[in-house]
Amino acid sequence: MRDLPGDGAEDGPEGEDLGTAWSRAALAAALFAIDPAGFGGVVLRARPGPVREAWQALLQGLIPAGTPMRRLPLGIGEDRLLGGLDLAATLSAGKPVVQRGVMADTDGGVLVLPGSERLSPATAAHLVAALDTKQVAMERDGLQARHRVRLGIVAFDEGVGPDEGTPDALTDRLAFHCDLSGVGIRQVEPGTVTAIEVMRAAACWRTVTLAGEGLEALCRLAATLGVHSIRGSLLAVRAARVLAALDDRRAVEEADIALATQLVLAPRATQWPEAAPEQEETAEDEPPPEDRNLSDEVDSEPNDQALSELLLAAAKAALPPAVLAQLAGGVRRGQGGGGKAGQLRVSALRGRPIGTRRGELRGGARLSVIETLRAAAPWQPVRRRAGERRVAVRRDDFRVRRFKDRTETVTIFAVDASGSAALTRLSEVKGAVELLLAEAYRRRDQVALLSFRGTGAELILPPTRSLVRAKRALAGLPGGGGTPLATAIDAAAELARITRRQGPTPIAVFLTDGKANVTRDGHGGRSQAMDDALAAARRLRADGTDALLIDASPRPRPQAKAIAEAMGARYLPLPHADRQAVALAVRDTADGVRA
Amino acid sequence: MSAIFPFSAIVGQEEMKQALLIAAVEPRIGGVLAFGDRGTGKSTTIRALAGLLPAMKVVQGCAFNTPPDPADDASGDADRPAVAEVPVPVVDLPLGATEDRVVGALDLERALSSGEKAFEPGLLARAHRGFLYIDEVNLLEDHLVDLLLDVAASGENVVEREGLSIRHPARFVLVGSGNPEEGELRPQLLDRFGLSVEVRTPQKIATRVEVVKRREAFEDDPEGFRAAYADAEAVLSEQVVKARAGLAGVAVPDAMRELAAQLCLGLGTDGLRGELTLIRAARAWAALDGAEAVGVRHVKAAAPMALCHRLRRDPLDEAGSAARVERALAALDVEG
Repeated sequence: MRDLPGDGAEDGPEGEDLGTAWSRAALAAALFAIDPAGFGGVVLRARPGPVREAWQALLQGLIPAGTPMRRLPLGIGEDRLLGGLDLAATLSAGKPVVQRGVMADTDGGVLVLPGSERLSPATAAHLVAALDTKQVAMERDGLQARHRVRLGIVAFDEGVGPDEGTPDALTDRLAFHCDLSGVGIRQVEPGTVTAIEVMRAAACWRTVTLAGEGLEALCRLAATLGVHSIRGSLLAVRAARVLAALDDRRAVEEADIALATQLVLAPRATQWPEAAPEQEETAEDEPPPEDRNLSDEVDSEPNDQALSELLLAAAKAALPPAVLAQLAGGVRRGQGGGGKAGQLRVSALRGRPIGTRRGELRGGARLSVIETLRAAAPWQPVRRRAGERRVAVRRDDFRVRRFKDRTETVTIFAVDASGSAALTRLSEVKGAVELLLAEAYRRRDQVALLSFRGTGAELILPPTRSLVRAKRALAGLPGGGGTPLATAIDAAAELARITRRQGPTPIAVFLTDGKANVTRDGHGGRSQAMDDALAAARRLRADGTDALLIDASPRPRPQAKAIAEAMGARYLPLPHADRQAVALAVRDTADGVRA
Repeated sequence: MSAIFPFSAIVGQEEMKQALLIAAVEPRIGGVLAFGDRGTGKSTTIRALAGLLPAMKVVQGCAFNTPPDPADDASGDADRPAVAEVPVPVVDLPLGATEDRVVGALDLERALSSGEKAFEPGLLARAHRGFLYIDEVNLLEDHLVDLLLDVAASGENVVEREGLSIRHPARFVLVGSGNPEEGELRPQLLDRFGLSVEVRTPQKIATRVEVVKRREAFEDDPEGFRAAYADAEAVLSEQVVKARAGLAGVAVPDAMRELAAQLCLGLGTDGLRGELTLIRAARAWAALDGAEAVGVRHVKAAAPMALCHRLRRDPLDEAGSAARVERALAALDVEG
């Protein structure tokens, strides 16, 4: 067995406590170094800093010398990612010259993505395609090329909280998900695996076998933990085999399976089996007595049982208590959003390209190189006769890109889930959200939902246009408690600011009775709460966010109207807010914003 | 390019395999959409189809996959074009491909070097008589999806750009896959795919174990693994070839047309495309089955994949569209 710092017991699987998040990440680095392409990669949640640097240095020390390791800048264009036209070479050679992209250049090596939570969906899709097909296919700029690529990806996820994360399509294909955000530099220790061991294991791990029961136990545990993607099981099996090879064995043992569970399956868990709580308690502190069965191999039935429980205990040890509590409570773990749009170029010249036109290069207009060359092409023989150089491009040939400005909107619902009326109100709002989404893909608009009650506001549904995702998020929305209106307005304003930074226009829709009774710092007191809410509303107005306030109380009151005025919102009393009416009102407001 | 996983070694996912085989037998079906969870082997299955289909004859060196003219063959001319056998193309449309690469464009090299105006065929020409595969079809620009569906429906690619005016045949089966959680396809586009299947993660442990086992065996030794499944692949391949040859001979009894019409009426699908696709799919399935005429079981098997995505969407109806098709089938009360 690997010796890991913080190991509780000396030997044997019973006391398998993997110790710190750091030691797990260090082991993941070693496994990844053994077969970067086979494991797909590592998602490492960590801010830039000494801990992350230490991990990267550890990895660098383990991968064989000469292995390419390249950084992928976040805002990379497709021409650099996939390859494209090498303009300088093209112009001097007089014929198109292909330039290889970063992915093709990293063949056989490691691609490092800093800030992977801001990766654009398109870039993520290209990375995924390269991982799946082991090649980069470039079909652009009138050129085509295919390059073999076998690469591993290290995604440094700098996200905070569960709503920010690396795109799911990518994380699904990367074997190891580690979280170093809570690790301090003092906990960093040198790795226990040497580069020589890595090389040895890389040469022989394919010969390691995993017996049927082990395979079955891993697959069963994956199902138990709600790891739906088959890739989870596949990567766990591979990890177990590589772990055995690292220990110079040719057969996988239980300890390898337990470790593989911790490294691969545990971080992917979306649910926790319902077990007797006291049994779980014992698993926390000391090995459960059942595990003793492991040593006697008499009958297989209870042994299988024991193996499953052992793996479950191993998975549990790898999960932070907070996550565990969430899973046990039946709450789906917030998975990383579908790729945040990242920092788009903020310029008047953005949006969907709608072709090119002849034009001057001024006012920041973007030259379309290919179209310009196309325009120049037919004239080359004539111009050459006139004594010009190989490719003569004149001002007449310039073609500039035209863009259609985005009119996409994100409707942010902030729903008052406090008090007794919460349940009916919530169900109508859910209906309205679904109605809006059902027609949203016609307009490519998105919807987000914040719910506020008690002392805080919670983002239930990050901006999405997926009905499937919305339905899942909206199922089982809790209600009751006080009305922290100020906090809610702040949260909506923050989300609106993020949205605007990414491009679309936000619209804030508040559904409340306006009876604020919880102050910003979470205390009771009506007048202070109201003052806070008014202040927050004024800030929302200062941001320039369009808003709509639907007063859902049975008898409309002046408070709600006052808040609406403070935030410069349309005020709409709707005592019996039903889904159709809410959807209609939102649509009107959105049309107003677009016009 | 890494080795292709054998089609016959794919565990489960019967509906997706069935839809792809139907499309392989009857390309006029108008495309297959596979939507579903991550890590369910969507891409693997579609790419595996390439290994299954028999080679096709083309005029040698032709960029448009033109089939040899039988008249040339009969005439025995000495200067008739040489014929080559090439594998059925499964062309990947990479996300981010530009329109000029898809439809074809002015040949830059020849234009720059000799000032000659020549057409450089795009992906659509390469996919002629084969498959065009788009992973993450829901992330593709709408105007490109529109364009692809237009060409897929008409079987012809018309290029009018840069002073070029070209048309060439482009008959291919469009295969799209994607994950609904990343954004859905517009209903207008959805409706234009012939068949649509929902792909789910296998729930049975035994199935999952088998999937993992085969995948690991394949990755450890791709060639050996392919050899082990060579016989199964040959059998399946033969079945497709026979079904293609026999398709025209499969009778469609009026009773079956009526059944299809009733089914579509009961479900309230818009337009006649649903019925047409359903009959075509059932017929192809009957051909694969070796049957002489379309039977109730063929219609039943084809109904979910031909109709699910054509149902009016009711966001407040919790039951999935598959369940609604099942209900409609049960309501008709026909014995299969």
